Amino acid sequence: MKNPLSRRALLRLAGLGSLGASIAAAVPGGERRPAAGYPAAGPPSAAGSHHGGHAMGVVGRVSTEAFDPAVFLRSWNFSHLAEPERSRYYRETTRPDGSLLREYEIFAVDREVEIAPGLFFPAWTFNGQVPGPTIRATEGDRVRIRFVNQGSHPHTLHFHGWHPPAMDGSLPEHQVEPGEDFLYEFDAEPFGLHLYHCHAVPLKRHIHKGLYGAFIVDPRTPRPPADEMVMVMNAFDTNFDGDNEVYAVNTVAHFHMTEPIPVAVGRPVRIYLINVTEFDLLNSFHLHGMFFKVYRTGTSLETQEVTDTLMLCQGERAILETSFRYPGPFMFHAHQSEFAELGWMGMFHAEGAGHGG
Amino acid sequence: MAADAIRRLLLGVLPLLALAALLVWIVRSRPAESLRGDAPPVEILSIQKVELAPREIVVSVLNDGPDRSTIAQVQVDDAYWSFTQDPPGPLTHLSRARLRIPYPWVHGETHVVRLVTATGLTFDHEIAVAVATPRPGWRFLGLFALIGLYVGIIPVALGLLWYPLLHRLSRRALDFVLALTLGLLLFLLVDALHEGLEAAGELPGSFQGVALLAFGAAAAYLALEALGRWLRSRRAQSDAAWVTALLLAIGIGLHNFGEGLAVGAAFALGEAALGTLLILGFTLHNLTEGLAIVAPLAKSRVPLRRLLLLGLIGGAPTIAGAWLGGFTYSPVWAVLFLAVGAGAIAQVIVQIFRGVAGERPLASYLGSGPAVAGLFAGFTVMYATGLLLQ
Repeated sequence: MKNPLSRRALLRLAGLGSLGASIAAAVPGGERRPAAGYPAAGPPSAAGSHHGGHAMGVVGRVSTEAFDPAVFLRSWNFSHLAEPERSRYYRETTRPDGSLLREYEIFAVDREVEIAPGLFFPAWTFNGQVPGPTIRATEGDRVRIRFVNQGSHPHTLHFHGWHPPAMDGSLPEHQVEPGEDFLYEFDAEPFGLHLYHCHAVPLKRHIHKGLYGAFIVDPRTPRPPADEMVMVMNAFDTNFDGDNEVYAVNTVAHFHMTEPIPVAVGRPVRIYLINVTEFDLLNSFHLHGMFFKVYRTGTSLETQEVTDTLMLCQGERAILETSFRYPGPFMFHAHQSEFAELGWMGMFHAEGAGHGG
Repeated sequence: MAADAIRRLLLGVLPLLALAALLVWIVRSRPAESLRGDAPPVEILSIQKVELAPREIVVSVLNDGPDRSTIAQVQVDDAYWSFTQDPPGPLTHLSRARLRIPYPWVHGETHVVRLVTATGLTFDHEIAVAVATPRPGWRFLGLFALIGLYVGIIPVALGLLWYPLLHRLSRRALDFVLALTLGLLLFLLVDALHEGLEAAGELPGSFQGVALLAFGAAAAYLALEALGRWLRSRRAQSDAAWVTALLLAIGIGLHNFGEGLAVGAAFALGEAALGTLLILGFTLHNLTEGLAIVAPLAKSRVPLRRLLLLGLIGGAPTIAGAWLGGFTYSPVWAVLFLAVGAGAIAQVIVQIFRGVAGERPLASYLGSGPAVAGLFAGFTVMYATGLLLQ
């Protein structure tokens, strides 16, 4: 419902508005544009002091039983599962040349995911989670994935990386019908930060419904040890109007506002950052109070840029490295303020003795 | 005799018993469920009212859909915002809740409140111009009385000032004035129906706005008709003109009540802040209502006291309407009062036609030069003053 009044009744009133100073002055805040920008306000209402800090943000907590963003953040190759459960989805075998054969079980399944407290999105998922499981190999390893489509629509796995056309998962003949399966096999290269996603059409819908995940290829000589985490910038169009209602890293709106990511002062931090946001052309990552080194697509070991704000287009990704100088809370969010306030905002919490501080 | 009565009673009750059995069967077996399958619920949330308090937006929401609906999150201006819901929990069909959102809204600017349900559907409400919602109190009673004075009483009273002139007019001139009045009233009727239909269209579907409008108007028409009969039965024949004028004043008063309601609500909803000087147009527009009230009295002597009474009956309801609209605006009441206003105006028009028909054939009056000119002038005046208001 818009205005319950006709335009005419409304404009009649417009006359009254300028009837005289007597009326205007009699309405609190009725004077035109007070300098403060707020109406003549009393003390903030009780509700205004809601959760101590920001009144901005989602209300309540999601259930982390089915998917815990804090666990997803720091797991790859199903490392969050205990054996023997893990070996159902991931096995590695050493090959004669010392590289590994890494075998994965990935299945597509329709599932409702809680993307904000009490808000359930009818997602299409890989292994029941959005983003899908992070796949991580070393350059030169063999990756073999048995993909089973348990969903209601045809799906594929389309990897970014070197591979022959038959493994591309993008052409009509590559579609895996519901109930069928397919074996994807290729060598992990080049080293860098890549992604995988479903490439069935309509593409927009198959991606924004949740069929994507991170694909990390480590260089043969590993990067220096660090506290590593995977952040997939994603968004959800809950009312299917071609515009996102929820933005996040790793699906759950404002999750790390109430569950800050613990980090240690002085310890290197490496963030694998991927943008799979649909509908909006760009997304970005901004970190408060610090700077980070940028390795675009992670395909070089040379730093290209030192910044505190990085912009990524759809499908673009970068590895970020930094370390916390001071203890305490540090905010991170999209520098598109709209995305930040619609869920893409979180906190780090650095522990330990800082220098200077 | 008694057996016959019992038989009749049974015959009357039997279909009701059968109906009750059918209802029980429908509720228990839920035949609709099997047709529906696992389709998502039909959710329709209607935002009934938005109040602005210091640093707080209070939203009254109604579930206008058949299924349960849960408000999962609230956005204001594309930002998730904290809120409390009273009463909490899912909303069932036609149940209501109030949401309090601690949002620092900005005076004079536009804000959009968006409710996000558990299934991800969204329902938006635009606050076109944010102005603090007035709280009931002496100051606002006075303020709205002042508005009602400007909008209702003064224009009607000014129109009454033509009364002395009416006595000095020729028959042809009087015919013209009467037709002018008819033209004004016909215009008001169309206008009231238009606004009523518009408001009815914006009502949540469950409230069946158009039916409410039609039957509200019919009820007002019949109530005035009955009142007229009763008044005439109590008074001498010579007072017929006075009764007509009184009914006219009541009809116009009811219409002005609806108008006051809209005005008060607009003020309460902050639309008044749009402000340009259009009060002149409004006064001109309503001035004609006073003329309409006194037109039937041209041939009788009426003391000043009674004239004032007519003015009050015609104009004062605007103040009451403004109070009601300003403090407890409800779209359902708005439709109902616009309907009552339309029905009252229709009755007044019929009243005047009857008065004319008592003297001569209606067709010959309407075809006469002064009548055609008067009707045309009536439409034109209303249309022209209406232009000022658009």
